[in-house]
Amino acid sequence: MLTVDIHYFAILREQRGVSQEKLATAAATPAELYEELRARHGFTLPGNRVRAAVNDAFVDAAAPLRDGDRIVFIPPVAGG
Amino acid sequence: MDAFRISPSPIDPAALQRSLADPRAGACVAFEGWVRNRNDGQPVRSLEYEAYPVLAEAEGARILAEARVRFELIGAVAVHRVGHLQLGELAVWVGVTAEHRASAFEACRYIIDEAKARLPIWKKEHYTDGATAWINCATRGDHGGAGAMPPA
Repeated sequence: MLTVDIHYFAILREQRGVSQEKLATAAATPAELYEELRARHGFTLPGNRVRAAVNDAFVDAAAPLRDGDRIVFIPPVAGG
Repeated sequence: MDAFRISPSPIDPAALQRSLADPRAGACVAFEGWVRNRNDGQPVRSLEYEAYPVLAEAEGARILAEARVRFELIGAVAVHRVGHLQLGELAVWVGVTAEHRASAFEACRYIIDEAKARLPIWKKEHYTDGATAWINCATRGDHGGAGAMPPA
């Protein structure tokens, strides 16, 4: 099990009800972690519409997670 | 100078433009994105912007650096607002300088287009009927579109 620090923004923050949480998980990748969170919290966005960032850099959804990572799931963006 | 900044306070375009002053520059092109009162046929009352600031500023700096090389810019600066903005407020400002106008126009367009597509910034529309929606986040089964919430 890893312990990771998850930060939520925008629609995910609203659907989760908090902007940050620490979580022990068996997920090995951001994609696996998102599916776990989606099942638990009822996120409406499917995994293929969410990008991941680890420790403030974009990463592949299949990148390995490490203990203590800070993870952000990025819903479809809409700046400008 | 190159700088991309997320700002919780109002943008001052005159100050940003002054920061680009350079005797080598023969052209300065600026783009302002304003909060407008309608989107996809729905009357909009206000917009809320939220950003992941560290990554938005890092990715924004990459976009400015790309534009600088690609269009031989002299300077490039951009600021994106976060927070709850009212109609007419300035949401994003992009300014570039170059020796000549053609590259300045193209670079300004490149920066705003890439910024909209790449920066981790989100927009929630508040409609005049009280409903809200996160733009681009609609999923099947929603009724009002983007993760829509009924009127409060």
